[in-house]
Amino acid sequence: MLNSAQVTNLFPLKVENLSLNFGGRNKSQPLINGMSFTINQSGITAIMGPNGAGKSLTLRLLHGLLIPTSGKISWYQKGENSEQTKAMQNQQAMVFQKPVLLRRSVTENLRYTLRVKNITDKNEQQKLIDEALEKAGLEDQAKNPARRLSGGEQQKLAMVRALMTRPAILFLDEPTASLDPNATKAIEDMVLSASEAGTKIIIVTHDIGQANRITDEIIFLNKGQMTEQAPTKTLIEAPQSKAARQYFRGEIVLDD
Amino acid sequence: MSDITDAIVNAFYLIITADRDLVEIVILSLQVNLLAIFISCAIGLSLGALLAVYRFRGRTITLIALSALMGLPPVVVGLIVYMFLSNSGPLGVLGLLYTPTAMVIAQVILITPIIAALTRQTLEAIYEEYKEQLKSLGVGKLGMAATLLWDGRYQLITVILVGFGRALSEVGAVMIVGGNINHVTRIMTTAIALETSKGNLSLALGLGIILIILSFIVNGLVHAINLTAERYAYA
Ligand SMILES: Nc1ncnc2c1ncn2[C@@H]1O[C@H](COP(=O)(O)OP(=O)(O)O)[C@@H](O)[C@H]1O
Ligand SMILES: [Mg+2]
Repeated sequence: MLNSAQVTNLFPLKVENLSLNFGGRNKSQPLINGMSFTINQSGITAIMGPNGAGKSLTLRLLHGLLIPTSGKISWYQKGENSEQTKAMQNQQAMVFQKPVLLRRSVTENLRYTLRVKNITDKNEQQKLIDEALEKAGLEDQAKNPARRLSGGEQQKLAMVRALMTRPAILFLDEPTASLDPNATKAIEDMVLSASEAGTKIIIVTHDIGQANRITDEIIFLNKGQMTEQAPTKTLIEAPQSKAARQYFRGEIVLDD
Repeated sequence: MSDITDAIVNAFYLIITADRDLVEIVILSLQVNLLAIFISCAIGLSLGALLAVYRFRGRTITLIALSALMGLPPVVVGLIVYMFLSNSGPLGVLGLLYTPTAMVIAQVILITPIIAALTRQTLEAIYEEYKEQLKSLGVGKLGMAATLLWDGRYQLITVILVGFGRALSEVGAVMIVGGNINHVTRIMTTAIALETSKGNLSLALGLGIILIILSFIVNGLVHAINLTAERYAYA
């Protein structure tokens, strides 16, 4: 459970011709429309694009929270790529834009995750909880109701909760969107150290500075499609697609 | 006028001296209603939690039926339970008619839908907030139901108290199936009805005062629990 040796086994992640539409509406225009890309183990991957591009939906599809209408998501395992299993999903974690914390104390929020992940030994639980509290700087708040923490503290708690079982992959959906610079820095530091420890990070962000600071490649989405994928510096400096040029240069180009 | 003044004075006298009849009636009331609320909670909380997390065909109909059952007229429930338990009814051989057990059965039928429907409503709101996070952690549906029951604990205590208050004030159904037999199935509400019609206002008033006090306590608890829940941001 806690070893990250299997991590490398899951990559490359291949997404082929992925589509998603909900129910009968918008049949002609799926929300995710024939998306294909490959993500490798190394580095931190950013998913960027304008509002409504399908970034959050893509993250949920990758994590298995949504089932695609068509297309394939496959993870590398035992020499071949295969579809996501429950066991693979169990090695992944996700932090949402607005942290979802249980109506319990800070400590009990952490313990809940450990119990779900079958870590039942009291001593081991306490050790992991103490580590997590320290990493989040929440030692003094351990017994307080989690939902009474400040926004930044809540997001830090959500981060250490996601990381405490050393997932192979961590999905982050705009984790710093509503945080101040200090909290943003703290989250970014956690992201970097988790990445160094072997967890693959896939992060949705609107913050170009953040993409520059911590990510290695960008997958750019627009209107449910991937318009380009390139190393972060390259893509920000010389975006190829029209949508990405608009986005990074602030050009306002109206649809025809 | 002085009759009424006498009745009030006597009522307090009965309460203060812990009159045997009065105490017996209060104790039986509490026994019947606490047992009924216990059974209703066992069924209603589980059912409500499962309905909050499971999506299945016929769910909407189930929810509508549950709401409809919440508003069942007590006397009709009394009548139906009576027919089942009467000598010629399907469960007549059990000999339960006019026993406290019959009253518990009627109360359970009245209260369970209320507990189940309010539980479902309360927990579904939390479920909408939690479901992606819990799914991401790998929690199954049953685990989610258990998590919701715990995380909704403050609101659910309120729900239980509402059910208990409803049971305490119920009269129609228990009157029919219990028969209001002195020393056997006479509880506060049925005794008030009977004693009033007999003109024995003292005992009726004494019981009425106790019912009102209980109702105040129940509502006070609801209020205090809501305040606590808000303070912890657990509401
Ligand atoms: N549950 C849903 N039902 C219908 N449409 C949805 C749903 N979730 C998202 N959408 C739509 O899909 C599009 C992409 O959403 P999303 O992935 O959240 O965008 P973003 O790139 O801003 O994260 C948006 O137009 C949004 O309105
Ligand atoms: Mg989004």
